[in-house]
Amino acid sequence: MNKRVINIGGENVVIPEFKNSLLLYIIVGFIVVWMVFSSAYTVDADEVGVIQRFGKYATTTTPGLHFKIPLGVETVTKVRVQRVFKQEFGFRTIKAGIKTQYSDRDFSSESLMLTGDLNAALVEWIVQYRIKDPVKYLFKVRDVEATIRYVSESIMRQVVGDNSVDEVIILSRKSIALQAQELMQSLLNDYETGVDIVTVNLQDVNPPVPVQPAFNEVNEARQEKERIINEARETYNTIIPKAKGQAEQAILEAEGYATNRINRAKGDADRFTQIWREYSKAKDVTKRRMYIEMMREVLPKIDKKYIVDDELKSFLPMLQLGKEAGK
Amino acid sequence: MNKNPKLVVYGIIALVLIIILANTLYTIDETKQVIITQFGEPVGDPVSDAGLHVKVPFFQKATYFEKRILEWDGDPNQIPTKDKKYLLVDTFARWRIVDPLKFFQSVNNERNALGRLDDIIDGITRDYISENLLIEVVRNSNRAMAFSTEEQSELIMEVDSLKIEKGRMAITNVILEKVQEVVPQYGIQVEDIRIKQVNYIEEVRTKVFDRMISERKRIAMLYRSEGQGKKAEIEGQTDRELQKINSEAYRIAQEIRGKADATATEIYASAFNRDPEFYTFMETLNTYRETIDKSSTVIFSTDNDYLKYLKTQK
Repeated sequence: MNKRVINIGGENVVIPEFKNSLLLYIIVGFIVVWMVFSSAYTVDADEVGVIQRFGKYATTTTPGLHFKIPLGVETVTKVRVQRVFKQEFGFRTIKAGIKTQYSDRDFSSESLMLTGDLNAALVEWIVQYRIKDPVKYLFKVRDVEATIRYVSESIMRQVVGDNSVDEVIILSRKSIALQAQELMQSLLNDYETGVDIVTVNLQDVNPPVPVQPAFNEVNEARQEKERIINEARETYNTIIPKAKGQAEQAILEAEGYATNRINRAKGDADRFTQIWREYSKAKDVTKRRMYIEMMREVLPKIDKKYIVDDELKSFLPMLQLGKEAGK
Repeated sequence: MNKNPKLVVYGIIALVLIIILANTLYTIDETKQVIITQFGEPVGDPVSDAGLHVKVPFFQKATYFEKRILEWDGDPNQIPTKDKKYLLVDTFARWRIVDPLKFFQSVNNERNALGRLDDIIDGITRDYISENLLIEVVRNSNRAMAFSTEEQSELIMEVDSLKIEKGRMAITNVILEKVQEVVPQYGIQVEDIRIKQVNYIEEVRTKVFDRMISERKRIAMLYRSEGQGKKAEIEGQTDRELQKINSEAYRIAQEIRGKADATATEIYASAFNRDPEFYTFMETLNTYRETIDKSSTVIFSTDNDYLKYLKTQK
């Protein structure tokens, strides 16, 4: 009798051969197909496959189609080594998108921390990481994600604990994130998590909610200070140049006055000198002429002229001078 | 199918072989370690090499334990510090089973081990936190902190008075050492203990917030009064310059006018001094021209010089 030997999982199973037994062929064929399918596996582009033989690490396979020994002898665990993972602290994204939605829940137990000056701040941050060493990632630490969470929370508090609230909120955000990243990485290396931190980013960093209005008040006060100073400078800048212009004007006016006064004096003096020169040549007649000229000019202007003979002086009161004047 | 007694026998033999083999061989995953027990009693050394192993079938049993680093997360504990500040301290630890035999005999499983760690770590943490000042738990170094305003000098003074001697790392290291002294009896090694969160309890927190608020209000006040001060300074400067500019202009203008007046006076004097009598005559005539007008009344006597010819013609 012919015998057929089939190797199943390292054990030799002897199956006697039957003639004309269609059912047997179907069974054998089915087993072969199942073996092929259970031994083939594909590794996606962003993954590697970690192969264990009887539980022991054997090899790591790259993306593509591969075969392993079936029946549980070799098992494959796919690890996404290209993917960058993210963990959020102090907030949670529900749905990322153009308008990202965040959870309304309060995560202040995560984000509230004490600063080095014994103030408090709400610090929200993210940690992005890649699995750099899939073997360590799988075999050295159980629950690497939780480990990253704990490490991140602990380190962030440690770093913030050495900074003032002003540094945490405004001054040193970048350096705090960098320092936290370094410390997290070295701790995760100590634990042999096989994880590489890509970045640590501080998101919103705020004073605790009850203190926020007071912080805003400081900002407002700082702006108010600037505004008041600017306004005062503006007043200065409008008043002083105007005053300078007016001063200039006053001086110019005085100079105009001076020119005018001196020119007039010179003119008057010159005229007098000219007249006097001629006068001194014929004093008497010039004096008379000048007197008469004056009379000729003045007398026609006067409405009431009385000529009284010196012998009739008593007639004078009859003129009723006062009455005439009162008219 | 044909009945064949031989086939049945082969089949039974194969089945028995498979069962025996399956009970003899066992695999250990990279993440696991194993102790072999015989009727519940451990035999031989623990096995921690991953791969295929052999034991006595049926009588011996493989019990698996984790080989990886495991997590322990404590509950937040309310602990008073040496300076009587009440804190909520949340710690976490990394540990692993280094001696599965001891582990198996003393605590048997992970859940029990975590319970034991709760007791040990919480207790030791409480002891050491309460022995230290709050600032020692919060800070890790004495690095000089920066503030957004120089005016916070008062604050900085306060911080200077709170310099640390040990710091958080040193305290957690002491806690770790103490824990490491206790746990080996359970076949456990604690790799690391870290303080995850330190926060004030609710009542203290409110007080801290109040202090922060008053601190910020003080800074805001400082900014405002600085603004007002600077404003007053600028206004004073404006006023001073304004007075200076105006008075200087006045002085210069008056000087110019005065000089001109003096020059004019000199010019007049030097001209009129040639003949004061004639000057008086001429100017008097001019004043007649200017002062005598329509409303004036003139009464001449015929002995007046001007009319003397009216008389002498007789």
